[in-house]
Amino acid sequence: MTINLCFQIVVVNSITINKYICERINNKNFIMVQSENLIRNLVEKHGNSRNSLLPILQGIVADENYLSESSMVEVAKALDISSAEVYGTASFYSFLYTKPMGKNIIRVCKTISCKMAGKQELVTAIEKLLKIKMGETTRNMQFSLIETNCLGWCHKGPVMLINDEIYTEVSPEKAVKILCEIDPQHLTNS
Amino acid sequence: MKNKGLKKVDIIFDCASCEPLEVIKKALSMKPDEIIDQIISSGLKGRGGAGFPTGLKWKLAKEEDNDIKYVICNADEGEPGTFKDREILDVVPSKVLVGMAICAYAIGAKEGFIYLRNEYNFLLKDLLPLIEKFNQNIQNLGLDFTIKMFSGSGAYICGEESALFESMEGKRGEPRNKPPYPTKAGYNGKPTIINNVETLVYCSMIIRIGVEPFKKLGTTDSRGSKVFSVSGDTAKAGIYELELGIGVDEFVKEFGNGDTKAVQVGGASGHCVPRKDFKNKIIGFEGIPTGGSMMVFNSSRSMYNVLKDYLEFFEEESCGQCTPCRVGTQQLLKGIKAVKHGEKPSSYLNQLLKLAETMKITSKCGLGQSVHNSFSSIVKNFREEIIY
Repeated sequence: MTINLCFQIVVVNSITINKYICERINNKNFIMVQSENLIRNLVEKHGNSRNSLLPILQGIVADENYLSESSMVEVAKALDISSAEVYGTASFYSFLYTKPMGKNIIRVCKTISCKMAGKQELVTAIEKLLKIKMGETTRNMQFSLIETNCLGWCHKGPVMLINDEIYTEVSPEKAVKILCEIDPQHLTNS
Repeated sequence: MKNKGLKKVDIIFDCASCEPLEVIKKALSMKPDEIIDQIISSGLKGRGGAGFPTGLKWKLAKEEDNDIKYVICNADEGEPGTFKDREILDVVPSKVLVGMAICAYAIGAKEGFIYLRNEYNFLLKDLLPLIEKFNQNIQNLGLDFTIKMFSGSGAYICGEESALFESMEGKRGEPRNKPPYPTKAGYNGKPTIINNVETLVYCSMIIRIGVEPFKKLGTTDSRGSKVFSVSGDTAKAGIYELELGIGVDEFVKEFGNGDTKAVQVGGASGHCVPRKDFKNKIIGFEGIPTGGSMMVFNSSRSMYNVLKDYLEFFEEESCGQCTPCRVGTQQLLKGIKAVKHGEKPSSYLNQLLKLAETMKITSKCGLGQSVHNSFSSIVKNFREEIIY
C-alpha cells in the first residue's frame, strides 16, 4: 500500500515536471522565433550594411527591452560580421542594454544642476515606492531605475526620463503620482 | 579687451522669419561661392564650443572633388548644463533644416543627417513628419537633397565629430585620429560638413537677413550672438540669446542672485570663473569660449562637490580608447577624494594639476584635452574647498 502510494506520487510528480519542462522549451522556442522575425523585419527596413547596426539594435531594444545573447548572434549573422563586433558596439552605448531590463526604464539625471535642485530626494522617493535600489529592476519586471548624465533640462531640474517621455521639475510627490499612473495595478499611492 | 555689456538679441527664435522656403529660394538664386563668401565674411564661428570658422569649413568641403558629400547636423547635445539645441529643434526646427539645405547647395551634397541624441527622442514625433514635408518641398524647388534622422544611443563622446561618424557607421563611438579632417574624409570616408544645430540656424539667418546685421553684433573675434543655457543658482534659469563679448560681471548682474560665488562657463569641459575674476573675463572666443552652458553657483555650494561631479561625468563618459584620458580621469577623481579625506597631503593637488596638464597635451580628442579646463580652474581658485 505504502509502496503503491509512493509510486503514484513519483508518477504524478514526473508528469508535472515533464509538462513544466515542455512548456518552458515551447515558450523559449516561441520567444526565439518571435525575436528572429523581429530581426528579419528590422534588417529588411534598415538594410544589412554595417551602417544599419545601431538602428537595428535600437529596434530590438524598443521591442524586447534589452539585447539577448541570441539576438546579438542573430544580428551578427544577418549583417555578416562577428558577434563580438555586435557585442562590442552594443556595450559601448548606455541606451543599449545587454542585461534584461524592466518594461519602463526610469532614468534620473544626476548632473550637478539636477543635484542642486533636489535629485536625491526624488531618487529616495522612487526607491521607497518601488522597493528597489538605484540600478535595480523590480521583480515583476515593470520598472528599472538608473542614473544618467545630463538630460538637457537643467533649468527645470530635477528631471527624469521614463522610456522616451520626459518629466521636469519632479518633486518626490509628483514622481510617486507619475509612477502610480503608469502601473496602477501594482503601485498604490499610499 | 573691453566688454560689450549685456544685450539680448532675437535672431534664432524670431518667428517673423520662419518662412523656410523663401530663404531657400533666395539661397538658390545665389551662386554656391557667393553663399560661402557671405558666411566667411559674417565671421560666424561654430556654436558647438570649439569655434571653428563655419565659412572656411564649407569652403574646404566644397573644394573637395567627390560626387558623394554629406551634411550632418550635430544634435548630440550632451554637455552638462546645455539645453539650447533641444529648444531650437523644438521651437524653430525648420530653420535648422533650411541651414542644412543651404549648406548642401553650397558644397554640393545630396544627403544629410540629423544626429539626435537618444535622450531627445520625444522630439521625433514632430520632427519626422516635418522633415518628410521639407524633403518634398526642396525637391520641388529643384534642390536634390534629402534629410534623414539618426538616433544616438546615449554616449556623450558621440558629440565629437569623428566619434559621431563612427557611431553612424555602426561602430563604438571612439574618436578617430586627425587629420584627415571631416571635410576631407568624414562619414563613410566622404567629405562631410558637420555643424552644430545653432550654427546651421545662424547660417540660414545670415542668408535671410544679410551679413551686416549679424556682423554688427559681437566683437572682432566673436561675431554675432549666441544662445545661452542658464541654470544653477539663479531666478532666471532658461534660454537666452545674448550678444557675444559680454563680461562675466554683466552676466552675473543680470542672472545672479546677489550671492554668486562662481560661474561655470561652458559646462563640465569649460572654465570656472570665480568672483574675483568676474570683472576681467569676457564670454567669447577671445576670452572664455562656450557651447552655451552657464552654471551659476552661490556661496552655499561646495566647489568640491561640483568638481567631483564633473570628474565622475568624465570618468564615465571617457571612451577608454587612449590611456591619458581613461586613466587620467580615474586618477584625478581618486586624487581629489584622497586629498579631501586626508589620505594624501594637500600638495598632492599640484601633482594632479600636472597630470591634468599632461592629459591636455596627450589625449586624443577634445574630451580628455578639456578635462584640464574645469579641473585646474576649480582647483586653483577654490583650493581650500577641495582640501577641507
